[in-house]
Amino acid sequence: MTVTPTIPADSGLAEITSTAGSLRGFLHGLPGVDQVGAEERAARLATRSIKKSAKAEAIDLAVSMVDLTTLEGADTPGKVRALCAKGMHPDPGDASVPMVAAICVYSDLVAEAVRALAGSGVGVASVATSFPSGRAPLEAKLADTRRAVEDGAGEIDMVIDRGAFLAGDYAKVFEEIVAVKAACGQAHLKVILETGELVTYDNVRRASWLAMMAGADFIKTSTGKVSPAATLPVTLVMLEAVRDFRARTGRQVGVKPAGGIRTTKDAIKYLVLVNETAGPDWLTPAWFRIGASSLLNDLLMQRRKLTTGVYAGPDYFTLD
Amino acid sequence: MFEYAPAPESRDIVDIKPAYGLFIDGAFTDANNHFKTVNPASEEVLAEISEADSADVDRAVAAARKAYENVWSKLPAAERAKYLFRIARIIQERSRELAVLESIDNGKPIRESRDVDLPLVAAHFFYYAGWADKLEYAVADPRPLGVAGQVIPWNFPLLMLAWKIAPALACGNTVVLKPAETTPLTALAFAEICRQADLPPGVVNIVTGAGETGRALVEHPGIDKVAFTGSTEVGRQIARAVAGTGKRLTLELGGKAANIVFDDAPLDQAVEGIVNGIFFNQGHVCCAGSRLLVQESVAEELLDRLKTRMATLRVGDPLDKNTDVGAINSAAQLAKIRELSQAGDNEGAVRWSPPCELPDRGFWFAPTVFTGVAQSHRIAREEIFGPVLSVLTFRTPQEAVEKANNTPYGLSAGVWTEKGSRILWMAQRLRAGVVWANTFNKFDPASPFGGYKESGFGREGGRHGLEAYLR
Repeated sequence: MTVTPTIPADSGLAEITSTAGSLRGFLHGLPGVDQVGAEERAARLATRSIKKSAKAEAIDLAVSMVDLTTLEGADTPGKVRALCAKGMHPDPGDASVPMVAAICVYSDLVAEAVRALAGSGVGVASVATSFPSGRAPLEAKLADTRRAVEDGAGEIDMVIDRGAFLAGDYAKVFEEIVAVKAACGQAHLKVILETGELVTYDNVRRASWLAMMAGADFIKTSTGKVSPAATLPVTLVMLEAVRDFRARTGRQVGVKPAGGIRTTKDAIKYLVLVNETAGPDWLTPAWFRIGASSLLNDLLMQRRKLTTGVYAGPDYFTLD
Repeated sequence: MFEYAPAPESRDIVDIKPAYGLFIDGAFTDANNHFKTVNPASEEVLAEISEADSADVDRAVAAARKAYENVWSKLPAAERAKYLFRIARIIQERSRELAVLESIDNGKPIRESRDVDLPLVAAHFFYYAGWADKLEYAVADPRPLGVAGQVIPWNFPLLMLAWKIAPALACGNTVVLKPAETTPLTALAFAEICRQADLPPGVVNIVTGAGETGRALVEHPGIDKVAFTGSTEVGRQIARAVAGTGKRLTLELGGKAANIVFDDAPLDQAVEGIVNGIFFNQGHVCCAGSRLLVQESVAEELLDRLKTRMATLRVGDPLDKNTDVGAINSAAQLAKIRELSQAGDNEGAVRWSPPCELPDRGFWFAPTVFTGVAQSHRIAREEIFGPVLSVLTFRTPQEAVEKANNTPYGLSAGVWTEKGSRILWMAQRLRAGVVWANTFNKFDPASPFGGYKESGFGREGGRHGLEAYLR
């Protein structure tokens, strides 16, 4: 699947992004987000009761949407290979379990992951641009990105410059995303907003549009290194943004909540949110991902409970 | 695609008896005549209900008077509070059962009876329990009125009961309450709760029946106070009947609320507020936001978003935990909604409903929006009391106020804008008892509720709600 980042001429977005002033005017002209209302809506959708066949379907869908992630200073090639094995066969005892969407690693471990996953269909995603802080010169960010792409990463998860965003320098954030997108070549670009540092939903909406206008293929909530990471209301606001962006430009952009999604119950709440906000078009791994590590085993545990009727203990699922 | 499997709440938790008597002087007694209450989602007959005649009402009022004179008015206020706290706790303990019963008898989605009605019912009893021994901080020299005759509607059966009974008892009055004829079951369950709480006999009496029973109660010379929630038409009859009798009266009647959306509103939340304003409880809400006034410059965008959102509403089995819009309460109400919607068509408004499959049995009406509505259309003036939204546009804040106030009603209004000063400017000018800003249909026992003009008088809830039950 390839997505073209080019903006249709009739959407008027090229003109909007041409100057810092017009960009700022546009972002501040987006409808505001009422915090109480957004949180109420997310909480209400979280009360949906997903049972039986719907739950089975949701679990498999969630497994196939996982970006199985390891982003530790202590990561080793061995650890990455183990994670790749898990991603290709999440439950070694049950071949009907789908594989995950991608393995997400630091850029220096991309080559290792590419080797391990060759031919499997599981993607390799690399965080880049001086993840997680994004505090590095643009040249370093681009070099980081290029190296990951050269090593075979099909997806790049970049972080935005939150400092510039909060200071109101939207043009700087925009230009960085455009430059990274160019360095990505054919690789998909996921833009991490780090919503925990943006704080307000108005900022989340503006950052979402900024990233999409700059060519993001995906917008992603968080690095997982800042608390709060992904939340339902933040994801709701981002799903509204991709829905509105497609309505305006015709281009579909994916959404990836990451960090803090640990249980099947949580994952299903996100799927309900997608289904009833952006719509069913987004309910595929091509357009919705969940960045997680421990979530996968809980999904497997609930899946086995549904198929066999009994819970298996945690020792029956591999820790990788 | 992602289809939600049915997730029905179990009915096993409720035990509906084949027949119910009247609750008078702490005991259930049979009446001469009976009527049936049905499940509006299936038309299944649920139970035979006793119909109180004037002799039954007479006995109930006498029981309430005796309980008032001999027991309740002599009890220290802190003791009255204990009973109310006990009732509130029992309601919480039995909330799942009561929610299921409410959904079966009324047709409202279990999500609402579970997450809105029941928590508010318990909160109301807790709130007024707290006031019982602090009345002198609300009014100087507080004295109860005596016996209150209370008549409540079918849209929030148990919640309206709580709004009536909790402040009345807290202030030291005893009550005779008549629930609506289509939704008597939770009031009768409440009668059992009174017994469970060891409430002295006669303090709460519940007489079931239709209009004649209500008339007998309201016109009974032995009551000191009438509290009514329902239609403006019946409210007028009651006001006439009570005039000159010295009975105190509060009326909470109809509404045709304007939900006003400015071009700088938080649009996604405004759409939620519009949906919550008119499709909550199938639109059977006296303060429903049934007139959407939207600023012309965002009208098209807002309506697109609203229609997209309406297409995700799940209409069907009230007991399914994923249902958003349940059944219309009765055949009569459904006929009224149909008749007024037909009038909307005839007068030239444009009707739209999302594609939605309605069940074969029961009373159903798809969520509906009318655009191109003029102030002169019946659907802009008359209360439909159903899931039908009329959309009008405006250009300036002055025009919004003019149109919003241009109705004989004045119960509630909503204002959607990110501009704080405009909220205050609007709130000062809107002639409505409640004005919600950037939200709608939000209730709290501490917040007074009531109308202007033909929406009634008197306030329920909050400190103001005490005044209706004190002299």
